[in-house]
Amino acid sequence: MNPIPPTALPFSEATFVLVLALLMVAPLAIAGVALINTGLGRSRSAAQSLLGNLVILAVAAIVFTIVGAALAGNLTDTASVAGRTFHLAGKPWNWIGSGRLFLGGIGSAQPQSQLALLFEFLAVALAAMLPWGSGADRLRLTAGCAAAAVMSATVFPLTAHWIWGGGWLAQLGVNFSLGAGFLDGGGAATVHTLGGLSALAMVWIAGSRKGKFPKEGLSTALPGHNAVYVLFGCLLALVGWLAWNVAGAVLWLHAPLASLPVTALNTLLSASSAVVATFAVTRIRFGKPDASLCANGWMAGLVASTACAGLITPAASLFVGLVAGIATPLLVELCELALSIDDPSGAITVHAAGGLWGLLAVGIFAHQPGQLVAQLVGIAALLGLILPLIYLLFWLLNRVHPFRVDPDGERIGMDLHELGGGAYPDFVIHRDESYR
Amino acid sequence: MKYAGLLVMPAGFFLSIAAVLLFPAPAPRTAFVLCGLAVEGLGLVVAVRGHMEPRGESRR
Repeated sequence: MNPIPPTALPFSEATFVLVLALLMVAPLAIAGVALINTGLGRSRSAAQSLLGNLVILAVAAIVFTIVGAALAGNLTDTASVAGRTFHLAGKPWNWIGSGRLFLGGIGSAQPQSQLALLFEFLAVALAAMLPWGSGADRLRLTAGCAAAAVMSATVFPLTAHWIWGGGWLAQLGVNFSLGAGFLDGGGAATVHTLGGLSALAMVWIAGSRKGKFPKEGLSTALPGHNAVYVLFGCLLALVGWLAWNVAGAVLWLHAPLASLPVTALNTLLSASSAVVATFAVTRIRFGKPDASLCANGWMAGLVASTACAGLITPAASLFVGLVAGIATPLLVELCELALSIDDPSGAITVHAAGGLWGLLAVGIFAHQPGQLVAQLVGIAALLGLILPLIYLLFWLLNRVHPFRVDPDGERIGMDLHELGGGAYPDFVIHRDESYR
Repeated sequence: MKYAGLLVMPAGFFLSIAAVLLFPAPAPRTAFVLCGLAVEGLGLVVAVRGHMEPRGESRR
């Protein structure tokens, strides 16, 4: 819809204030995801789950301050791109940022760089929370924090620099005439696909919950304990996502102010068509609509919109959401029943698959020559380089500090085992028959 | 098997990069980038199969 200007113009004061205000609202997306993670877990792990989300956010922010922001390389005092570059086939390949540790130089950085940094802080927190939701009911709290620290210090800064910091993916347009380079307006790649793929690596390494996949028969249904948390989390996430996508469109796509209402509208339309599609699919498949799958569909629509809301038309947004909404329940079922992937929060389907679909949709609907190839190269980098890298890092981390609690801890629940008290002390906790 | 799939996936990535470097024309470039993604897809399938938990008679 919008031709992408090759370079960012300096912000006016009004634009600065607008983006800053939006970034104050965007953390509601994080709050929504935290509620969804908690609601989709079991009641005896609820306090540990929500505390984990909080602590992971804090760890991600601290580690990103110490080292991550320097490697992401967005904090510059000039308009030029800072980073380490090598040359291949006569082209520069800017692969990692070269900023200063502990946010050195933040005082003299351009206002635009400071807003970009604030956006990255929110992005790294959300990305680090996604594997925690997938590892619910079996991950140690300290292991979740360690994984968040690893992500915030390595893969997130790397990906953020490639896409948002003027790295080689962002330069595909300039160097190889591939559209406007790899485009990711709100973090579909850096937050959602990265977080979803990290969740996949986490689930593979930690394994499934005890009793989830018995030796014989179908997988055991372990439904989330609080659908109200989940659905309220979806509503909360909408508010955050509207702010997130609009702020991202200004910061990363250099969208003019006049196009921002359409960006917000596209976000809403994508989520709306996704939830209606999921509602219909689950109604047809199971006879009744499924609340948690509808929530996953809604989130998948929001995630898909993250990449493309600032770039496509409202009609295209409806289509993007429709595809996300149809695919989500089918993929959740495929992961659980056919692929033995125990993902309580659905982050792998919602965030990894939804994010990849949104990134692809940019290439399909952006109507710039070479844009589709640029998006495909970015997807290839995420799947072919980042997923094996995060698997290797998590595998090493698991050798040093095992992710999983001992079987007794899993039996009594994470709240009692790790915190010494439950989230709902007045409730009777049912005996778990799967441990017999 | 689980690690073999993860080792194949970077090969697909480098195939995509090679396509961008070696083919200036859009059609072969797109085709080879898609081939790189297909290789990554194969690696992903192998990795998923390698991580699946053995269950039931049909999967022995």
